[in-house]
Amino acid sequence: MSDLVKVTMTVNGSQVSRSIEPRNTLADFLRQTLELTGTHTGCEMGVCGACLVVLDGRVVHSCLTFAVQASGSTIETVEGLSERAAIADLQEAFHQRNALQCGFCTPGMLMTAHSLLSQPGVPSREEIRDALSGNYCRCTGYEAIVDAIEMVARKRYEGVSAAQDEEVGA
Amino acid sequence: MSALTSLDRPNSYIGRSVPRPNAKRLLAGRGRYVTDMTLPRMLHVAYVRSPYAHARIVSIDAQAARGMPGVRLVATGEDLAKLCTPWVGAMDHFKGMKSPPQLPLPIDKVVWSGQAVVAVVADTRALAEDAAEAVSIEFDELPAIVDIDAARAPGAPVISPELGSNLCFHGKIDTGGVEEIFANAAHVVEEEFHFGRHTAVTMEPRAIIADYDASEGQLTVHHATQTPYQFQDIYARHYGIPESRVRVIAPDIGGSFGMKLHVYHEDMAVVGLSMMLGRPVKYVADRVESFVSDIHARDHRVRARMAADADGNILAMDVEDVTGIGAFSAYPRTSVVEGNQVYRLMGAPYTFRNYRADLQVVFQNKVQMSQYRAVGHPVACTVTERLVDLIADRTAQDVFDIRSRNLIPDDAYPCTSPTGYQFEALSHHACLAKVKAMMDYDGLRAEQAELRAKGIHRGIGIASFVEITNPGPAFYGVGGARISSQDGAIIKVTPSGDVHCSISVTELGQGTETIIGQIVAEHLGVDRNRIKVMTGDTDTTPHGGATYACRGAGIGGETALQAARKLKANVLAVAAAILQDESEKLDIQGGWIVDAATAQQRIELSEIARIAYFRSDTLPPGTQAQLSVAHHHAPQGYPFAFTNGVQACHLELDVETGLVKILKLWVVEDCGRVINPLLVDEQIRGGVVQGLGAAFFEECVYGDNGQLTNGSLADYLVPMAVEMPDIEIGHVETPTLDTQLGAKGVGEAGTAAASAAALNAMNDAMKPFGGTVAQVPMTPARILKALGHI
Repeated sequence: MSDLVKVTMTVNGSQVSRSIEPRNTLADFLRQTLELTGTHTGCEMGVCGACLVVLDGRVVHSCLTFAVQASGSTIETVEGLSERAAIADLQEAFHQRNALQCGFCTPGMLMTAHSLLSQPGVPSREEIRDALSGNYCRCTGYEAIVDAIEMVARKRYEGVSAAQDEEVGA
Repeated sequence: MSALTSLDRPNSYIGRSVPRPNAKRLLAGRGRYVTDMTLPRMLHVAYVRSPYAHARIVSIDAQAARGMPGVRLVATGEDLAKLCTPWVGAMDHFKGMKSPPQLPLPIDKVVWSGQAVVAVVADTRALAEDAAEAVSIEFDELPAIVDIDAARAPGAPVISPELGSNLCFHGKIDTGGVEEIFANAAHVVEEEFHFGRHTAVTMEPRAIIADYDASEGQLTVHHATQTPYQFQDIYARHYGIPESRVRVIAPDIGGSFGMKLHVYHEDMAVVGLSMMLGRPVKYVADRVESFVSDIHARDHRVRARMAADADGNILAMDVEDVTGIGAFSAYPRTSVVEGNQVYRLMGAPYTFRNYRADLQVVFQNKVQMSQYRAVGHPVACTVTERLVDLIADRTAQDVFDIRSRNLIPDDAYPCTSPTGYQFEALSHHACLAKVKAMMDYDGLRAEQAELRAKGIHRGIGIASFVEITNPGPAFYGVGGARISSQDGAIIKVTPSGDVHCSISVTELGQGTETIIGQIVAEHLGVDRNRIKVMTGDTDTTPHGGATYACRGAGIGGETALQAARKLKANVLAVAAAILQDESEKLDIQGGWIVDAATAQQRIELSEIARIAYFRSDTLPPGTQAQLSVAHHHAPQGYPFAFTNGVQACHLELDVETGLVKILKLWVVEDCGRVINPLLVDEQIRGGVVQGLGAAFFEECVYGDNGQLTNGSLADYLVPMAVEMPDIEIGHVETPTLDTQLGAKGVGEAGTAAASAAALNAMNDAMKPFGGTVAQVPMTPARILKALGHI
């Protein structure tokens, strides 16, 4: 036990301030203090990827980050990305392709996919599998997840290309 | 005009790939797992665990812990034994099996490293863990019994002296004639196989909240389990609470795979702790606790031989299986079931009639072993299929040809296996032919030869299998276990004409609620979007077996089908009264009562419901609309619905490093009627990857002192996306005639044969070097050893 420390950060677009124990991880802070339970903890040692969140634009393990380290940062969780429809196409593709079963790893998978697809170009299946290797899934065998991400990557790329064509045409 | 398929019928949902409605909340981060839940005044428990595999408890000093901040209770085995009666993991039909009584926490002795000894309950988990560190336990270490041979040696220390030995169960099967066949056979092949202990590693660890309300004498348990009814029974009986006052709720479950249907000591303790405190108490296993307390599985050493005539016709098998299950048999399903299925599934796809087997189930100082996905199947399949390949080698036959020669012909059913399993109808040859075409087998063999010349070593392995699904009461009920083989459903039409189905099979992400919705939609005649399916709450659903041993689709599905038909008859009776017509001439399609002959719409289902619920005065006198029905279904006919299939594995071996690239898997599977191809295929893929985990990565490694040496997710390897191949799936459909639905199970098929196909592929890749491997996981070190490099 030690004295409480005040942390302030922007979580899913809203500024939050709380006094917390310095030993609280960001995962615990999000799940217990802010009740954002979409972020999961599967190993609490940075291996399984269920706890991934976006911190200042980078995907990080919230189980390996102390909440005090995140003070002053901007955090996005699966709830925030869902609400601002940033991953709606990924969620729809995962749904249609049945790229989840128990769903426990899924928020972390979506974080990795969101990060991967923010890079330019269309990743190959091998690149998608490589990118997902910090995310464990015990239910699906991964193939449906790779399919869903690949499909969204293509669609997004085609959308960008079509928009560029239109600009050129105009 | 093109031919109509069954999918062109009105309301046709069975056989259609439709996504899971309940997956949307999981995708939005709105799942509700037990791990996520908090209740008013909820407390948290942390356990002090044994550092020794085997030791006497000399004393426990919890004085300091009791004074720590936020601590509400420190409880020992003696405290909980005052509330909870002991349990014994034995069933009558395993003659002679024995197991010591168990309590939530031990009183005088610990029998595995990691066993929970003292419970510390505090306001937060962190405070409970702080205080747990202040508990001092004095142990007197005893010799750890770890090795399965040492445990059985004469004069070995006995873990539970009252049992007389470390043997839990000794089983024998002998059809006769085996000795003579082996003495005279043209070919005899034999091998000693080793299967590594591994564990389920569900992404959500075990989680439970027990909430005892002394004012009502009511226990409510929020429990991440696949079998809530079984736990309702267990909590009621062992804590002496009337069953009607015990409610078990299983919300979203983060993976289960058979692991979350066993009684765990920590979970039982939580119920007692809540009773002692009168407040909700939550326990979530952290990952390290999962490794030392979740069940493990598949720890088997099998010595087996197979005899064949000069042409390669298999004549007999002779098997000796020794399995170490930990210090007692798990409750309530026992730890003998796995070994029992191993020695009964040996050789099951093949025609030979002579079989002898010896099974020894052994106590040791390790965590308990019990049922995990595809119980026993991978062991039996790997042993059988490797021996079949050895016969092929010996008789210079191709691996497909040897199986064509020996698999039970597709027109030979019904028939029985030498171990007494009854097969209604299987399709081994159809599956074999289909997989051969899918994988372009001849092309792969040609490529293999070409690449070998270039120093690239690829292997091709196949494995035929049978899978046990839809178990009847012969599985558990006859042994005295209070585990149901039947399921129940309640379906009702709401006043707006929507449909609500509550059913006892449970949802673990495999899609139970989706397929039940499809079945009800099709057989009632409504759009599936108007159906809500509810599962996982003992207060609001009928009692049933829930989800284990691949029974959800076959048994739960048939329950839903019959319930829907019953409800439909009731709806049509009301409609007939309103329409002044005969109910036989009416049907329901798309939520409308229609003329059965012409499909002309007569009256909407919502209108029937409105009249029935709000204007019953307008119905003919004597009409009592029954728009809710209950129905139960227990399997009859065959004791199990066996399924079958074949898997093929293609891999590339780096003979310098022992590293393996799995190139591709093919699976052809016959699970009878396929209700939702999308979900079935993903069950198979997920199952295959768990099987490949066992084949290449997963093993709980113990030291000689009974310490688990790799009990974390950094040390215990599970398959990652980049290591896994794409998996191509084909189907043959042989519906069971025991039910109208015709569905069998599919959840274990992928796991059943993946390691067998992989092991055969590995041996095929190593063939030019003369090395062989008969142990899983096939780690690089074991491969290099087999190749003679180390």
